[in-house]
Amino acid sequence: MSLYYVQKLLYQLNRDPAIRKRFEESRDDLLAEYQLTDEERDAIVDGDIGLLYVMGVNGQLLMHYAALIGQEWDQYINAMKEGVEKHGPVREGLYTLLEDRSR
Amino acid sequence: MSLVFAGVCSHAPGITGRAHRADPAVRDAFYAKLGEMRERLEAARPDALIIVAAEHFANFFMNNMPAYCMGMAESYEGPIEDEEWLGIRHTTVPGDSDLSRRIIESMMGDIDLAYAEEWKFDHGIMVPLNFLTPRYDLPVIPVNVNCQGPPLTPLPRAYEFGRVLRRACDAQAERIALVGTGGISHWPATPNSGVINEAWDRDFLERFVANDRERLIAYTDAETFRDAGQGGFEIRTFITVAGATEGSTGELMFYAPIPIFAVGCTVATMNLA
Ligand SMILES: [Fe+2]
Repeated sequence: MSLYYVQKLLYQLNRDPAIRKRFEESRDDLLAEYQLTDEERDAIVDGDIGLLYVMGVNGQLLMHYAALIGQEWDQYINAMKEGVEKHGPVREGLYTLLEDRSR
Repeated sequence: MSLVFAGVCSHAPGITGRAHRADPAVRDAFYAKLGEMRERLEAARPDALIIVAAEHFANFFMNNMPAYCMGMAESYEGPIEDEEWLGIRHTTVPGDSDLSRRIIESMMGDIDLAYAEEWKFDHGIMVPLNFLTPRYDLPVIPVNVNCQGPPLTPLPRAYEFGRVLRRACDAQAERIALVGTGGISHWPATPNSGVINEAWDRDFLERFVANDRERLIAYTDAETFRDAGQGGFEIRTFITVAGATEGSTGELMFYAPIPIFAVGCTVATMNLA
């Protein structure tokens, strides 16, 4: 697990158009600069919001990333719920302590 | 001159970005109170607005996270978010680097704050500005209190930061307004989005308008996380405003949970003593 680097990449994608351009045009070079597992790399490339949530990505980073890749609000909220159903509880970070109050 | 205005308001991105999905009656009542807050701000004839925000990884990350940072740029840009998603156009917001520098220098005698000559605004600042300075014609000085990446500054330090900020403002020739923006209880950007602990919020707001320091700083982060969600960590911005207006009480102008905005929507101003 290298949650720190997953989050760092999302942080930079969210705020910096130049990093977004590199992500589009020379993705392998860009990703080589971050210490990512294959699962983490795939989750980012696939825009797998549910899995990124389960990995423990901070919600604010993830919300901005979901908006960046064009996910509608309800789709984005459901993706997190489906991620937990599919991959199990959040693995790392603050949300490991989160109680489900949504139902 | 001194601090001429102080208040707090919510900043959740849904307030502008999902406006069409809210109950129009409650939404419009909230917007009306934000409009009233703008009128009070304008009536105070400020030369600059200090906005104490809890940003969401627009500028600061865990590679180098300041507990407190103040902007010292000539101008700022934002939002970092997609314009359509947030419902706010990308723009440039004027700053006042000279005033920033004087305030920072004044504060450094008492508190170690970071400064930044580059700063991109996210919804945490853009949503309040959208209502309070919609023409972006008032110089803004951003302040960030880290409420996102623990370890977080303890609540008594946030109050103290506010006190020091006040002394620095009072030492300047300019008329300065202060707005804090954050929480209160909410679970933003999680599957619990839309959950709001109204009882907790009302209790917190009662402490806030009374400017009851002891009760404002009485929460542990574990309690806040349990009762008010991660978004509750943003009470630090309100507590900073309370510290900056110690001895004054506030007026709660509006509070109502609006679930699609994912927060209990709040507007309050302080009656500066
Ligand atoms: Fe926030």
